[in-house]
Amino acid sequence: MRVVEKRQLLSAAEIDRTLNRLALEIVEKTGGAKNLALVGVRRRGVPLADRLAKIARASSRIEIPVGTLDITLYRDDLSTVAQQPVVQSTDIAFPVDDRDLVVVDDVLYTGRTIRAAMNGLFDLGRPKRIRLCVLIDRGHRELPIEAAFIGQTVQTSGTEIVEVRLNEIDQEERVMLVDRVD
Amino acid sequence: MQQRLQHLLGIEELTREQITFILDQSKPFQEFQKHPLKKLATLRGKTVALAFFEPSTRTRISFATAASRLGADQMNLQAESSSLKKGESLIDTVRTLEAMRPDGIVIRHSSSGAAEFVAERLEIPVINAGDGTHEHPTQALLDALTIRDRKGTLEGWNVTILGDILHSRVARSNILLLTKFGARITLCGPAMWMPRELEGLAPNVRRVARIEEALDGADVVIVLRVQTERIHEPALAPEEYILGFQLTENRLRLAERHALVLHPGPMIRGLEIDPTVADGPQSGVLEQVTNGLAVRMSLLYQLVGRAPADAPHPAKEKSNAAD
Repeated sequence: MRVVEKRQLLSAAEIDRTLNRLALEIVEKTGGAKNLALVGVRRRGVPLADRLAKIARASSRIEIPVGTLDITLYRDDLSTVAQQPVVQSTDIAFPVDDRDLVVVDDVLYTGRTIRAAMNGLFDLGRPKRIRLCVLIDRGHRELPIEAAFIGQTVQTSGTEIVEVRLNEIDQEERVMLVDRVD
Repeated sequence: MQQRLQHLLGIEELTREQITFILDQSKPFQEFQKHPLKKLATLRGKTVALAFFEPSTRTRISFATAASRLGADQMNLQAESSSLKKGESLIDTVRTLEAMRPDGIVIRHSSSGAAEFVAERLEIPVINAGDGTHEHPTQALLDALTIRDRKGTLEGWNVTILGDILHSRVARSNILLLTKFGARITLCGPAMWMPRELEGLAPNVRRVARIEEALDGADVVIVLRVQTERIHEPALAPEEYILGFQLTENRLRLAERHALVLHPGPMIRGLEIDPTVADGPQSGVLEQVTNGLAVRMSLLYQLVGRAPADAPHPAKEKSNAAD
């Protein structure tokens, strides 16, 4: 199986613009930042959540706490894989009870990751509300889950993959649409 | 890529990388112990057989709690109430358990090599919870995790082990593990429990007769349990043991300033350890208990959680797709 790049969905500058808009939307639609907190889903949701908080601090002068969530232990496909995926730390320093949470991830696809993330959050307490913010929504949902804040909606086929590359993890910054070729 | 662990039978056959991986993977489970809701569904529908052919409270409860918190069910076999009393052989008992289709088995047995014997004959992952005087690998792993957390690294410490070294599988597993990370081991205890062969177990292991000398410069002190049935007149009276080998506050001052004190439990206060040391700031005894849960959850997740060995491997499917 080979992977070929079909087209670039977002450049570095476009990612930056998109995150600025998303941060503004989150603050506006929340009516201030009282009890608001961001939770980045490992891996690429983590730098995205950090950046959103940084933008909100710079533009709206509000401090939004950021946590990190690892969903490995909540995956629904563990008994089908031969080698168990590596578990990472979940690091949420604030109490989630009564919080207004925004889960942040790079790509929304089947919705299974977000289902797992919600289970993980409920193990930590009872949030007041959970909304979802994604950089790319590529469709093909398998669960009744939708994002409240979307950077870009992209039509994709089942064989295509949306690859998000972020400086913090990949040492490059862009979003690509790639295709698997047999 | 991490070499896939099939069983956990002993520390001896593990590489440094495999040990480090197990300790790293225990970290998320340490944090998990602080969650208000301590129940995962990760191993839902899986069953762990706990086969304790030798009485055990602490290790058995730790494994049972670890399995429960991962969502696995348990089958319990305890020495006191089992058919072992009726003369059934180890392999028959274990095959009977296997016929009930558990997804993994945790075994403790009074014979050295029992876990390996079972692993060779069963298809499911086996975790050794102590076999005779051979090994107790999960104890050594939880001790290593406690040392790494408290002292920042596992590398290159002076470790003193006090007590009945000869009969201690905890001592063996600890020596095997810590020397893989460059530890210098000093063993100290009554002469009859300190055969010369112990020095051949790993590099940098020495025997010392006087506790003052053994503690000098120690970064970690592991106090072993003294089995009271082994302490009796005329060989060794308890008072004599206390006088010669009890870890007291005064003696601990001979060790490094922040030396860490560990004890695998159950601890007999006033015999092998002075209560003020056991409860003091240098004691890691309670962290050991919590870390035991984390290490065992991490091992159960890795060994019991995955698909059976004969299930289609994702890598194979991929290569088929490429044909």
